[in-house]
Amino acid sequence: MNLKIPKEEIMGHGNLACQGCGATLAMRHALKALGKDTIIVLPACCWTVIDGPFPHSLVDVPLFHTAFAAAASTASGVKAALEIQGKDTNVVAWTGDGATYDIGLGTLSGAAERNDDMIYVCYDNEAYMNTGIQRSSSTPIGAWTTTTPVESPKKSRKKDMISIMAAHRIPYIATASIAYPEDMIEKFKKARDIKGMRFLLVFCPCPTGWKYAPQLTVKLARLAVRSKIFPLLEIENGVKWKLTKDITRPIPVTDYLKLQGRFKHLNDEKLEEIQKIVDEDWDILLRKTEK
Amino acid sequence: MKQVLMGNHALSYGAKVSRAQVISAYPITPQTEVVELLSKMCASGELKAKFIKVESEHSAMAALIGASATGVRTFTATSSQGLAHMHEMLHWAAGARTPIVMGNVNRAFAPPWSVWTEQNDSLSQRDTGWMQLYAQNNQEVLDSVIQAYKVAETFDLPAMVILAAFVLSHTSETVEIPKQEKVDEFLPPYEREYKLDTDQPHAFGGLADPDNYFELRYKIQKAMEKAAVKWEEVGEEFEEIFGRKYGLVETYKVSDAKNLIVSSATIASTARNAVDALRSKGIKVGLLRIRVFRPFPAKQIRAILNSVDKAIVIDRNIGFGASGIFYQEVKAAMYNEKNTPPIFGVVTGLGGRDVSSKDIIEIYQSVIREEEPKSDIIWKGLKE
Repeated sequence: MNLKIPKEEIMGHGNLACQGCGATLAMRHALKALGKDTIIVLPACCWTVIDGPFPHSLVDVPLFHTAFAAAASTASGVKAALEIQGKDTNVVAWTGDGATYDIGLGTLSGAAERNDDMIYVCYDNEAYMNTGIQRSSSTPIGAWTTTTPVESPKKSRKKDMISIMAAHRIPYIATASIAYPEDMIEKFKKARDIKGMRFLLVFCPCPTGWKYAPQLTVKLARLAVRSKIFPLLEIENGVKWKLTKDITRPIPVTDYLKLQGRFKHLNDEKLEEIQKIVDEDWDILLRKTEK
Repeated sequence: MKQVLMGNHALSYGAKVSRAQVISAYPITPQTEVVELLSKMCASGELKAKFIKVESEHSAMAALIGASATGVRTFTATSSQGLAHMHEMLHWAAGARTPIVMGNVNRAFAPPWSVWTEQNDSLSQRDTGWMQLYAQNNQEVLDSVIQAYKVAETFDLPAMVILAAFVLSHTSETVEIPKQEKVDEFLPPYEREYKLDTDQPHAFGGLADPDNYFELRYKIQKAMEKAAVKWEEVGEEFEEIFGRKYGLVETYKVSDAKNLIVSSATIASTARNAVDALRSKGIKVGLLRIRVFRPFPAKQIRAILNSVDKAIVIDRNIGFGASGIFYQEVKAAMYNEKNTPPIFGVVTGLGGRDVSSKDIIEIYQSVIREEEPKSDIIWKGLKE
């Protein structure tokens, strides 16, 4: 098979990620699409560790570590400084779901409302993995985490980050999956060539936090798409919704859930409830994508 | 050119003549006029800067850290709650060695809500690694912004120029706005050696284990120590070009003084009148104004306090559970000195309660009768 993936590697070999980490694949693909004229702003997240301790860095582009709640705001400042120096370098805020869905949501909303010129990426592994698998507002309903133990698993739904960003009417929003690298790279290239706030949500399974064998990472990312749990889509200007992968023959959510220890405690009734939620969300999404 | 300026506009003009390139700010009373005027200057093109109108003070500081790390000159202004909301990023600015200059209007913390002056907001940022300068009039506010950039950029340390709410922020005074070409002569463009630059990709701020972290903190302290010398040099250089002299401290009638009043900011400028009034009665009192609080001018303070009989430190702030904060610092600086005089600590004027020249005369006359301090706080101006 002849994949349309650029050969150049901007991310180096050997890193501190867990075996089978989805977030490292995400960065590798993203940098292939964006190229070396890119500056990364990094709040507290798994990548704080993955990039390597001082004075090492895994990526061959400038990288600035910032505080947890400060990804978008720091990136806004970097971009303003580049603009006043007449430079057109890509500025990427590379964040986890904690920084995006929770502690940094306010500053992301601020930067989105101003339409500041940046590519904001959330590599979503659905919990605070770097601090030890605590629930975030991205954690799906029913999941075990260290703060939602099996006696009381997560009660609320995963926050609908995509709709929140769409409501800001920013030029470009896309979801991407490490199981579909060509689609992902195409979206990052498209984002690169658009001005203003671009938001990319990349689904990144986490063997450590989701309790599955490391070799299943890509498979799980694919099953999440095929079971309609993680739709692949694009939104232009917050209003033009488009599925980039239609799911005509969906697989049951249990095919995805049963491979993960974090859902092991769920009974049939609960699994059915999750299937209903996923179906309902998909119907809502289809209405949005109708012409 | 002389103009009548409120303290807030003196800050704006300071940023303008210093050619700030990225400004980021969030409004808070009583700082708003600083950013309103800067918005106008940026909109008209009078100041060629990018102004990011952020959604919080935390973001204002984060944006400037990003901009400064990319190699440009940055400015913001805030006050009180806003400064506290920035706290995490104040540490980040110092650790990232970004020479941001910020105006802070000293305003008391809530609750209960207050918009009036007190120094607890800036003093509670004492250990963030920011230089702190307390101005006594609007001319000094403007001049200090220019000087702050010079010192900050020499050592890559951030600096805060502090003025009293309303007493300076909203009080109009005659201020000389320095000519642009003279400021350019004094303050060259900012050049950052290691910055966010795709030609030289580096990672900044990554995890430093115990084998590396310690030295980085040592370097901040060493930079602070060197900055203490630099503030004096910059003050002299500033005088040569602009004719106004500044240092870490300012003394008034201390050469023959028996006793000393020590204070900062606008209480110190009011105390000058009190010293004149007391001297007219033949009382040999002098004034020491602490202008730069970080780096702390211990050397200058020792040189003066060693030769007086008694000193009274007047604080418009309080370290709860201890005493006035300037008082703690002055006492600590004098502790190992052989000729330490008795040092009295007065706390007054909290939440903007007025401290007049008459009040300071009363403070001096009542306190100086004592042989030595009986407590760490002498309360003045409290209602019965």
